[in-house]
Amino acid sequence: MPADTLDVINPLRPGADPLAGRIERIHLETADAATVFIKPGADWSGHIPGQYLRFGIDIGGVRQWRTYSLTSRLDRPDGLLTITTKAIPDGLVSNHVVRDLRPGTLVHIGQAEGDFVLPTARPDKVLFLTGGSGITPVMGMLRNHIAELPDVVMIHSAPTARDVIFATELRELAATGLMRLVELHTDTDGMLDLAVDLDRLVPDWREREVWACGPAGMLDACETHWSTAELRERLHVERFRTHLHAAGEGGTVTFTKTGTIVEADGGRPILEVAEEAGMLMPHGCRMGICYQCVLPLRDGAVRDLRTGEVTYAAPGDGVAIQTCVSAAAGACEIEH
Amino acid sequence: MTLVAEPHPVATDPTMPSERSGQRAGSAFAPPAPPVDARVNPHLRLVDGKERVLHPKPSGRPDPTAHLSAADIEALGRELDAIRQTVMDSRGADDAAYIRKVIAFNRYLELTSRAILLFSLFPPAWLVGTAGLSVAKIIDNMELGHNILHGQWDWMRDPKIHSTTWEWDHVTPAAQWKESHNETHHTYTNVLGRDNDLGYGIMRVDADQPWHLANLGQPLYSFINALFFEWGIASYDLKLHDVITGKMPREESKPRVDAMLTKMRRQVLKDYLIHPLLSGPSFFPTMGANFVATIIRNLWSNGVILCGHFPFGVDTFAYDSIEGETRGEWYVRQMLGSANISGGWLVHFMSGNLSHQIEHHLFPDLPSNRYAQVAPQVREICQRYGLHYVTGSYPRQLASAWAKVFVYALPDKEPDRSRGQIVASAVKDAFVAGKAKRAAKRAAKLA
Repeated sequence: MPADTLDVINPLRPGADPLAGRIERIHLETADAATVFIKPGADWSGHIPGQYLRFGIDIGGVRQWRTYSLTSRLDRPDGLLTITTKAIPDGLVSNHVVRDLRPGTLVHIGQAEGDFVLPTARPDKVLFLTGGSGITPVMGMLRNHIAELPDVVMIHSAPTARDVIFATELRELAATGLMRLVELHTDTDGMLDLAVDLDRLVPDWREREVWACGPAGMLDACETHWSTAELRERLHVERFRTHLHAAGEGGTVTFTKTGTIVEADGGRPILEVAEEAGMLMPHGCRMGICYQCVLPLRDGAVRDLRTGEVTYAAPGDGVAIQTCVSAAAGACEIEH
Repeated sequence: MTLVAEPHPVATDPTMPSERSGQRAGSAFAPPAPPVDARVNPHLRLVDGKERVLHPKPSGRPDPTAHLSAADIEALGRELDAIRQTVMDSRGADDAAYIRKVIAFNRYLELTSRAILLFSLFPPAWLVGTAGLSVAKIIDNMELGHNILHGQWDWMRDPKIHSTTWEWDHVTPAAQWKESHNETHHTYTNVLGRDNDLGYGIMRVDADQPWHLANLGQPLYSFINALFFEWGIASYDLKLHDVITGKMPREESKPRVDAMLTKMRRQVLKDYLIHPLLSGPSFFPTMGANFVATIIRNLWSNGVILCGHFPFGVDTFAYDSIEGETRGEWYVRQMLGSANISGGWLVHFMSGNLSHQIEHHLFPDLPSNRYAQVAPQVREICQRYGLHYVTGSYPRQLASAWAKVFVYALPDKEPDRSRGQIVASAVKDAFVAGKAKRAAKRAAKLA
């Protein structure tokens, strides 16, 4: 029986490709953050707390891929995975997940990835530094491993008390003495200034292994701080980049397999530019109808020369683009 | 026999297309055009201020677009671009749900039909199973295979419903079909000497194609081709003639032949061995059911495809007419070179919406469920610009296409010779040539 017939009957079956998941329920954490419970397909091979998964969901019929940290306990009897996302302004996927997603929806997921995890030999003293939704990978670690960590301090920043994701759970952990929690509400307390605040809040920070996740500015500051203290190896950082590509008048096109790099102007098809650079490119009608020239756009932006419409890809995406009618709209990476 | 929209006298028409679309250019439909680069292929762009050059055909038949200026044609192009863009911008969750529903329906239908055929020793089971399997095979090839392989659903970014990954219930591997169909046929639609779909290299279907004695047999070839259409397409996609004659270099032909044989083996094993074996005592009835379902699929899809370009009223274009062709001119050629089938929802669905052949040729990557929506707009444009829009019911269009196969089997009348005389002299020539060839062979042997 053909595989795709089996996938129609049971998309979560063993052997289904790509790996699928089904949304079981959605739980609002704050006004604009939600936890999603996912039943993974049979081939899900588990994760280490702190890791993330690639999450592909159809919005308006178009598949969108994002990465989310896993926050679930490994020993859940129902085997569900959880991810938590905060709706950011203009965030297509995060807004959809928080406001419109319904149980029963099928999504596609990748196997767990990432090395933002605790070492098997658990460290004696740990500092978690998180900001906003950067709490999520750390929450995965806390839920699974807090009992194995003798000395935990956590500094978490959020705009106000109401914006703290997992607030109740965090405060309970602190109340039972399993960790020390420093909550900073930046709207009133101001931003964390490592050079000033760290010695005051965590006097023994130099002795601690640190896991940090949050906005880019915060992580940059952490890297500078720990580097200056010559303790950079103690700092583990997880970055969730939001990619905004300025669609300009052309740019550098990198072909990932051949390693060819060409400067493409914004008015000419990538196919032609690449051929002029001596590349062998798949091609057909050269006018956008036969789809023989389609290649995956892995990162960056291209513009459809017929309509002016710009297509974006975030790193790791494989948005299929027609190279014969697409021009570079800024730097981009194409798999070929 | 065919319905041809009444041409409007464009010169006196107060709704001059070029002026109307001049207003449209700045409307919400039309996004601002990207900066024009003279080096870009004119196929990709609308080009204003270009002089039209008419390319007469050898038969001297009138050019159906002679009344349009270059500006008219580019204005028409802008209107069609706007129609395409409106649909492209409104593609969404409903369209995605549609194609997934069709796929699921088709998979269940095929599975159920094949399950019923396991008991095909009982005639009612045979009948129901064969009917179901025929429909499933038709949907697989038409609404799913043809359209998905056109990239109509690539926008969903679902790797399973994508032109680069889809495979179909057909002896031709998807990749080879895409090349001959999407690339050659859709680019060179109805251009004499360039579009091989115009008679598939075995038939004469246009007054401007030269007549050969072998064309006398084309009603028979055409019928055999219809019965075994899948195999006809396969040999055509493979470029079998070039492979056999050695015109295609071996390093190119080998992977093509291998891919084709692998696909053929899979198809034959599935329908004529594995499924019958699963049926146990119903082995032969199941094998027969698969054969009959395949023939029904072949006849139906061949009919739909004949209706697309062969009925009377459809235009062909001179060999050199596409040199420097603009996007607007390309649009006009697609409209005039295609024909629709009129009818209800079922006809459209079972023909994979190729009943909207004109719209499909204008916008090959529009999701098939949307052709019905744009058809009235395209027809209105045709009418306004004084261009024909050939359409009719399936039986009528099929009869028209077949009539062409019969009519062009014979040579055209010449001023001083009747058709009979031309045929007779061709037979005589062939006889003489054959005799000379045999004589030459004998001489060669003796020497």
